[in-house]
Amino acid sequence: MLDLDSMLAVQLHDLVVSFDDQIVLDHLDLDVPAGKLFGLVGASGAGKSVLLRAILGLIPRREGRIEIFGLDRVAASAEELRELERHWGVLYQQGALFSSLTVLQNIEFPMREYLDLSPSTMREIAMTKLEMVGLAPEDGDKFPAALSGGMTKRAALARALALDPHIVFLDEPTSGLDPIAAQEFDALIRTLHQTLGFTVFMITHDLESLRTLCDEIAALADGKIAAVGTLQTMLASQHPWVRAYFAGERGRSLLSPVHAI
Amino acid sequence: MKPEALIEFRKNAEELEIVGSGAWTAANAGRLDALIGAESRHDRSRVKVDMSGVREFDTYGAWFLERLLRDTEEIESQPAFGLPDRFRGLFEKVHETNRRRPSKRKGGKGLIGGLEGVGRSVEGAANETLRYLDVVGAVVIDCIDVILVRRRPRLASFTHQLDRVGVKSVPIIVLLTLLIGAIIAQQAVFYFRRFGAEDYVVDLVGVLVLRELGVLIVAILVAGRCGSSYTAELGSMKMNEEIDALRTMGRGPIEVLVLPRVAALVFALPLLTFIGSIAALYGGGAVAWLYAGMEPGFFIARLREAVSISDFAVGMIKSPFMALVIGIIACAEGLKVKGSAESLGAQTTASVVKSIFSVIVMDGVFAIFFSSIGM
Ligand SMILES: Nc1ncnc2c1ncn2[C@@H]1O[C@H](COP(=O)(O)OP(=O)(O)OP(=O)(O)O)[C@@H](O)[C@H]1O
Ligand SMILES: [Mg+2]
Repeated sequence: MLDLDSMLAVQLHDLVVSFDDQIVLDHLDLDVPAGKLFGLVGASGAGKSVLLRAILGLIPRREGRIEIFGLDRVAASAEELRELERHWGVLYQQGALFSSLTVLQNIEFPMREYLDLSPSTMREIAMTKLEMVGLAPEDGDKFPAALSGGMTKRAALARALALDPHIVFLDEPTSGLDPIAAQEFDALIRTLHQTLGFTVFMITHDLESLRTLCDEIAALADGKIAAVGTLQTMLASQHPWVRAYFAGERGRSLLSPVHAI
Repeated sequence: MKPEALIEFRKNAEELEIVGSGAWTAANAGRLDALIGAESRHDRSRVKVDMSGVREFDTYGAWFLERLLRDTEEIESQPAFGLPDRFRGLFEKVHETNRRRPSKRKGGKGLIGGLEGVGRSVEGAANETLRYLDVVGAVVIDCIDVILVRRRPRLASFTHQLDRVGVKSVPIIVLLTLLIGAIIAQQAVFYFRRFGAEDYVVDLVGVLVLRELGVLIVAILVAGRCGSSYTAELGSMKMNEEIDALRTMGRGPIEVLVLPRVAALVFALPLLTFIGSIAALYGGGAVAWLYAGMEPGFFIARLREAVSISDFAVGMIKSPFMALVIGIIACAEGLKVKGSAESLGAQTTASVVKSIFSVIVMDGVFAIFFSSIGM
């Protein structure tokens, strides 16, 4: 049953996902608390995107249970699924904007599907979203092929936020942005998170985002959650990959301000 | 359950009080839009806004509030309209948006607009011709380079394409040409029988298939089957920036992608035409035998008299030229694809339509040519 006020936004239990003979997720358990900024880290190819796609129901699981706001897709009725899909937003790693629609039309697309708004209101709200993610009004009439990498990210975020969702899934939102833009992007996510109170499930490699943004972090290694908790927990973890990640050269230099405080 | 009130307009003698309540969120956006839109906005000299009753608030609510306020001139209210503190950050963010209208592109109207359209399409046609010539030129240059052994021919790619367009096309081509040969023979038998001229069925089938139909059917099939896939492949490579990647590695797309494909087509189409024509003759022969009772031996003997080697040559000579046209059109259209999936579809359609059209026009031109030289 869909319960948007549930304490847990996402619950994964004993999840197994595999391709042919490769087991990517191996009996994985994870709880994502509602209303938090949750970060997922892991090596390239560890299966972060696969985990996200499994949660979204885009790839089948072999075993286990996935509940989003208490709703398991497998057991859900068509209406419940539609209701759930209206309350989540997804930012894909490659943006995944519809290439034959302009940026504004892309943002309007979910509104057109789910809300009953007049075209002019829809346009205005799409424009608001566009500007909230830091794009210029002129960019609204561009086609995705004419956007830079960073602009694509922003436009895709605007589309993910189009319906003011309860949970947003972000797959590497700041990769490919310059540090200033990445910082702005993080600040934007935080502002939106604070005002709208949605849950953020974010896959990231950006230690800076992890440090400044995330309330809770989980590390994915060997198909399992190797560690989960605050940044301090991560720094204290004994898991070899987690240690290498957070205590490595880059990790130390970026995270040192934490120790200073 | 009665839906909760979201907004109330209270009109006093000299001021309008707007009171918001409930959930100003996406879920109620449709209703809010209608409520606000329905309210006539005549007297807006003094407006008071009270948002203290709002329980939930998101970007949609913030925008509706902002729009209400933008339509008013003088505002008298408590700070931030009594909006609960936790919503203020969002409202301030939304408040800054939608200030600047993007400059509208000017579109000409009436006569000028019409003339502009005509001009643009002429320019487009000219550009397109140039682009085709560009591809043709590049193919010729690369071809010469390969012949003069200045450049390594891409044999692996060539044979792979040959397998795709040649070998893999054989079953469908044999099947279709067999059927078409059979249909022509059946119709011919049916009508010629009335004049007692059944023997001429062989002449009709032989000449028609070898001179015209064999090559035409095969070329149209190949345009639909292979031309479209060439366009789609090159187009999606273009979308993925794979073509740019090739360019930056010092390899032109013409050399690596277009030449092997066009060459494979030019090589394969005559062979397919031959196979197709023979299959059509078999089909015709089979119907003549089963339907008209004409012995195969007689059919073959009659065929020898009816068709000359020049009939066969006419069909075969045409086929590589048709292959060239199909290949060039398919690849040029593929390279024209822009970023969107829609343009990929449009270009694939254009590729098939243009190549079939060109094949038929070429066939007509060849017919005039061959009859003027007496072949
Ligand atoms: N559709 C698929 N078919 C087969 N294997 C796949 C498929 N999708 C992903 N994989 C494999 O699953 C593993 C995890 O891939 P995934 O895309 O989740 O990595 P990731 O953690 O997101 O890495 P990155 O940080 O580079 O994005 C990889 O080994 C990948 O090859
Ligand atoms: Mg990934």
